[in-house]
Amino acid sequence: MKAKVYVTLKPSVLDPQGKAIHQAIKTIGYPSVADIRQGKYFELNIKEGLSEEDARQEIQHLAHSVLANPVIEDYKIEIEK
Amino acid sequence: MKFGVVVFPGSNCDHDTYHVISKIVGQPVQFIWHKSISIDDCDVVILPGGFSYGDYLRCGALASLSPIMQTIKVFASRGGLILGICNGFQILCEAGLLPGTLLRNQNLKFICDYTRIRVENSSGAFVNSYKTGQLLNLPIAHGEGNYFCSYEDLAMLKENDCVLFRYCDENGNINPSVNPNGSIENIAGITNKEKNILGMMPHPERASEEILGSADGRAIFHSLNIYMAEVEKKRR
Repeated sequence: MKAKVYVTLKPSVLDPQGKAIHQAIKTIGYPSVADIRQGKYFELNIKEGLSEEDARQEIQHLAHSVLANPVIEDYKIEIEK
Repeated sequence: MKFGVVVFPGSNCDHDTYHVISKIVGQPVQFIWHKSISIDDCDVVILPGGFSYGDYLRCGALASLSPIMQTIKVFASRGGLILGICNGFQILCEAGLLPGTLLRNQNLKFICDYTRIRVENSSGAFVNSYKTGQLLNLPIAHGEGNYFCSYEDLAMLKENDCVLFRYCDENGNINPSVNPNGSIENIAGITNKEKNILGMMPHPERASEEILGSADGRAIFHSLNIYMAEVEKKRR
């Protein structure tokens, strides 16, 4: 089983890195891009023998306590069999 | 009283802090390796500046999982005194011992400079030898010093006089033009509600000797001495 965790800044938190990337790409084109926000992506390989429900619960805890900082970040978990 | 300076892989202000406490303040001090689970007989624990774990994941995030942090959380819950400087402040936030967190500087630059800081409240263990409103000249050196917290936490901090330091101009005025990193309301240092934990981005240990350009930071260590002496007097 594989889990994917996407960590993104909350909409209320300013993202100066995303802004800088957006500014830079504007100089080479891409006028259709209105805004960029940068995030993080984690791939987790889950050992065999765990149910999807148990895996999701464990990763939920991990994402909340370590991979993301809930003060400033949201996260989304996807599980692939 | 005895100080303990925690050493994480990537700490780089640990020796400066040790030097100031032992040679300038003249108090007993020991290093505490982050894998240790004991702070021995230390009365004050300092989390020094640096780049623990190379700032991987988020600044202070991985250090906040080190074995010593469990011991420090128990120490904190019993009212133990903890000072986090720069990366130490980031670690305290990640560990949940202080509210909020530190984001990338708004201008995306690593800033290494002297800043003017105003003492907002001079009561308590860390700042009792300053005067409220006193201006300090302290250096900062960080890429992630932009203090951020929820409205609820900000209200809590202000209500309980937990904001100890703010970036200001040379006359002590607080305004956005003298905010080096984009911190909410120019915040440079905060305590928890119970006032036994201080986190600050400026480096008092780099400004404790006149020959280094400023000795304005020395009074923090001096304040801790005075506070602990009072505590010991009461114990007897």
